[in-house]
Amino acid sequence: MENRPSNVPVTINVNGNALSAEVEPRTLLALFLRDDLHLTGTHIGCDTSNCGACTVLLDGDAVKSCTVLAVQADGRDITTIEGVAGDDGSFSAVQEGFRQEHGLQCGYCTPGMIMAATALLADNPNPSEHDIRHNLEGNLCRCTGYQMIVNSVRWAAENPDGVSVSVGGQGAHS
Amino acid sequence: MSLVGAKVLRKEDPNLITGRGQFVDDLSPAGTAYVAFVRSNEAHGRITNVDTAEAVAMQGVLAVWTASDVADLPGLGVPGLERPLLAADKVRFVGESIAVVVAETRAQAVDAAEAVLVDIDPLPASPTIQSAIAEGAAPLDENVGANVIFMLPIEDPDIDPALAAAPRRLSTRMENNRCVPTPIETNVVLADWGPSGLTLWATHQAPHHLRNTVATYFGLAQDTTRVITPDVGGGFGAKINFTPDLFLVPALSRALRRPVKYTQTRSENVLMMYHGRAQEVDIDVGFDDDGSLLALKVDVYQDNGAYADPTGMGLPALTTTMAAGCYKIPKVAVGWKNILTNATPVAAYRGAGRPEAAFYIERIVDMVADELGLDPVEIRRRNFIPEDEFPYATHSEIAVYDSGNFAGALDELLNIMDYPALVQEKAAAIDDPTKPLLGIGFATWLEIAAFGPPGALEGFGHLASWESGQVRVQPDGSAIIYTGASPHGQGTVTTLAQIAADELGIDFDKISVRHGDTATVVQGIGTMGSRATAVAGESVKQAATKVTEKAKLIAAHLLEANPEDIEVNDDAFSVKGTPAKSVPWSEVAWKSFQNLELPEGVDPGSLESTVHNAPPNFSFPSGAYGCVVEIDKMSGDTRVRDMYLVDDCGTVINPLLAEGQVHGGVAQGIAQALYEKMEYDANGQPLTATLVDYLVPGAPDLPTYTSSRTTTVTPNNSLGAKGIGESGSVGAPPAVVNAAVDALSHLGVRHINMPLTPQKIFSLLHEGGA
Ligand code: FES
Ligand code: FES
Repeated sequence: MENRPSNVPVTINVNGNALSAEVEPRTLLALFLRDDLHLTGTHIGCDTSNCGACTVLLDGDAVKSCTVLAVQADGRDITTIEGVAGDDGSFSAVQEGFRQEHGLQCGYCTPGMIMAATALLADNPNPSEHDIRHNLEGNLCRCTGYQMIVNSVRWAAENPDGVSVSVGGQGAHS
Repeated sequence: MSLVGAKVLRKEDPNLITGRGQFVDDLSPAGTAYVAFVRSNEAHGRITNVDTAEAVAMQGVLAVWTASDVADLPGLGVPGLERPLLAADKVRFVGESIAVVVAETRAQAVDAAEAVLVDIDPLPASPTIQSAIAEGAAPLDENVGANVIFMLPIEDPDIDPALAAAPRRLSTRMENNRCVPTPIETNVVLADWGPSGLTLWATHQAPHHLRNTVATYFGLAQDTTRVITPDVGGGFGAKINFTPDLFLVPALSRALRRPVKYTQTRSENVLMMYHGRAQEVDIDVGFDDDGSLLALKVDVYQDNGAYADPTGMGLPALTTTMAAGCYKIPKVAVGWKNILTNATPVAAYRGAGRPEAAFYIERIVDMVADELGLDPVEIRRRNFIPEDEFPYATHSEIAVYDSGNFAGALDELLNIMDYPALVQEKAAAIDDPTKPLLGIGFATWLEIAAFGPPGALEGFGHLASWESGQVRVQPDGSAIIYTGASPHGQGTVTTLAQIAADELGIDFDKISVRHGDTATVVQGIGTMGSRATAVAGESVKQAATKVTEKAKLIAAHLLEANPEDIEVNDDAFSVKGTPAKSVPWSEVAWKSFQNLELPEGVDPGSLESTVHNAPPNFSFPSGAYGCVVEIDKMSGDTRVRDMYLVDDCGTVINPLLAEGQVHGGVAQGIAQALYEKMEYDANGQPLTATLVDYLVPGAPDLPTYTSSRTTTVTPNNSLGAKGIGESGSVGAPPAVVNAAVDALSHLGVRHINMPLTPQKIFSLLHEGGA
C-alpha cells in the first residue's frame, strides 16, 4: 500500500499482538488482515456481507470483517482463526469438534464458521440445534449441508476442553 | 484391521481448521500485480467505442487491454462458435469482459476499471429458451444465423406408434431451473510467466487438463508449464471449465514480466462462472391401467447461454441417456436442441445432466400414479428393473447399468421413514387450521458416475479418461501417493490413504497424498463426474498392490523365505504361520535402496509404481429418498421438514465422508427445488446477481437428514465403489417437488416448476394457479 498523506495510523491488537500500521481509510478489515498482515486464514466469499467467510472476533463478538473498516478496529482486540488454537498448537474445542464431526469439506467457509461458533459458545455454552442453526445463519457453507456443522458445535459444547493432543496434520502441498 | 470402510478422521482438516490452508488468493508472490475487468452491462449489443485513455493515465496502472490487444489470442470453446477472451464488436451477456486492467494494487485496478468508458448499441436480447427460439429472434452469432446451434431429432420410427398403442397417455412440459453453482471460494487465477516457463495457480478441478490446454494455447512445452491447484474452496463442476481469465492472466504476466493475479468478486462470480441446469423438456409417456410404463419420448431444450462450452453442449446427452431412470420401459426415444441465449454460459454443475433426468422421470412417475390413483410407492415397485436383470442395457449405448437393487433401497427407505403415520398426519393437517399442509414425496433415482471408461472424457477435450495413481515408498518406510484426482473438499487425501494403507500394510499416519500440482503428479485428469474413489482409488489400489508384491521379494530375501509365504500387516512383513519371523517395513524400505542388500533381479528404488486405471464401464449409483414438506397455508412458505436418504454407492471407503457428500448434494438439491434460480428480465438484465437476491440456503433453511445405505457393488473396480459425489443433487429435487405437489394435490395441483417460491405457492393456494 502506498504511503499517501491520507493514510491513517492504527494500532490493532491481533491475536494478542499489538500491531501498528498506516492504512487507507477505505481499507476493509478483512483486506487489512489478509493483504497487510498476511493472515490469510480469514477468507472472503462475497461483496454483499452475506457469506460470513470473513468472520472474526472484535472484542470477543463475531463480526464480518468485510463490513468493518480497519480504522474502526483501532485500539481494539481482534481474534482470527490463526489465534484460536492454544499456544502449544492444541486445537480449541470448536476446532476439534469440526474435525471430529466432519464439519468441513473444502474448508473455505470453515474459519468463519469456527469464529462464529466460538462466539456462540462463549455466549451460550449449551446451545440447542435450533440455537446453532439460527446463530450461524449469516455463515454460508456450500459443501456440508450444515448438519455436520451443527454436530461439530454440539461436540464442542459437550467437550469444552477439546482433546489435549494436537494431531500432526498432513499438508497435501509442501 | 482394514481401513476401507472405517470412519477415519480427515488428514486434510488440521490445516483447514487453523487457517493454514493455502487457497490461490492467499498467495501473492513478490511483485504481484492485480487485475480488474470492465464488463458489459448490456445483454446483447454492438460495442461502438471503448475509451481507456483516462484509465491508462491513472496512478499505479500497468496495462489496460481491450479486444485489439488480444487479437492474436484465439477464442475458447466449440470450433466455429468461439468465445473471445475480450468481447470485440459484440457483447452477448451481462457480465461479459470487454477490457482488463492491471495495476499495482487491487484498489487501483478497480478504480481504473471504473474509469474505462464503454459505448454499446443495444440489440434485442433473448435471455430465455423461448425468446431465443421465437420467430424473428435476433441470432447471437450472425455467422450461424440461428440460436439453435445443434439438434438431435427424435428419429426412432417406432416411438409414436408405441405411444399411440399405449392404453393411456400423458404429455407435459417441464423446466429445470438455471442455477448458479456458488462455491464459497470464487475463481482466482495467479500467473507467473518467467524466463524459464509459466506457473499458473488456479481454482480448478483438473490441473493437468488445464496445463495441457494452456501449453497448447500459448505454444509452450508442457515441461515448462506448471499448473498448481492448491486448496480449492469447492467446485461443484463449475471449476472444470475454461473461462477467459485462465488465459488472459498468463498473457498479462508474459507481457508485464511479473506475477499477475485476478480474484473474482462474488458479484462477478454470479455472472461469470458457468451456470448449470437451464433446461426445458417435452415429455410423452404411454402407460397401461396398472401403471406399467410402456413408452417414453423425451425432447430436451438446453439453454447453453451466450457461448457454447463443450461440457454444456453435452449436458442433454447425459440427461437423455438417463431418461428412463431405474424403470424398465420397453420403448424410449430421445432428442435434444442446444440453444444460445443472452445469458451466462452453461456447463457442468453437480450432477451435470443427471439431476435433470431424475427430476423428469420421477415427476412423470408421480403424475402417472396420480392419474391412476396409485400410491407413488406402488407405481415405482411395478416398474423397477428387477434385481436379476443386471447388467441392464438401456435405450442408450452409453448406459449399461452395472448393478442395483432398487426395490431393496425403497424397502430400506420405508424402514427408516414411517410412511403410514405420515399419510395420516398429512390427511389430518388439511383441515386443521393450526397445522401447515404436509406433503410426502419420493424419488427412487439412479445416476451415471465414475467417468473413466475410455472415451468418457475425450469428447470434452480431455487427454484421456483414466486416472493416475502413483505409490512411492520412502527409505524410512513411509509412503507418498500421487493422484491425478484434484480434490476440493471431497476428502480424497484421506480415502486414498485408507485404500493404500490396506494394500501396503503401512500405517495410515505414514501415508501422504499429493495432488493438484503438475510438477509433482506426473499425469492426471481431475476430479469430476464422481470418479475420485472409483477411478482414482482403484489406480492407487493397483499401484499399491504392485509395490507390495515387489516389497515381498525383498522381505523374503531378508527373512530367507519364499516370497509366496510372506504377508504384510501392521507395518511389518512376516512369514505365514511363523509370525515371529518378521521384518519391519522400515527395514525393507531402507534396504530397497541399497544395492548390497537386494536380492538378484530387484533394482534399487523399485518400490514405486504408477497405474493409469480406466474402468470397463461407468457405474450407476442409485438410491431412494423420501421428503416431507410443510407448506404454510397463508403465506405459501414451503420448507423441508424431514429428509430420509437411502444411498447405494457400492462399497463405501469412509462412511463419514460418504455421508458428508450426500448431505452436501442433498442441500444443493433442496436449494434448487426451493430457493435458487438465476432470473433475467426481458432485456437480459440479471435480477439475481448477488447473494442478496440469489438465495443460497443457510443453516436454518435446511433440515436434519436421516440416512441409511444399501449396497450393490460395481464389478468395474476391485473396490466395488460406484461414487457418491453427485448423488444427493440428483435425488433431492424430485423428492422435494413430489412432496410439495402431494401437499397441494387436493387443490388439483399436478406439477410445479422449481424453485417453489412462496409467491408461486401462495398463488396456487389462493389464486388457483400461478
Ligand atoms: S466476505 Fe464478509 S460476509 Fe462475505
Ligand atoms: S466446507 Fe466448503 S463451503 Fe463450507
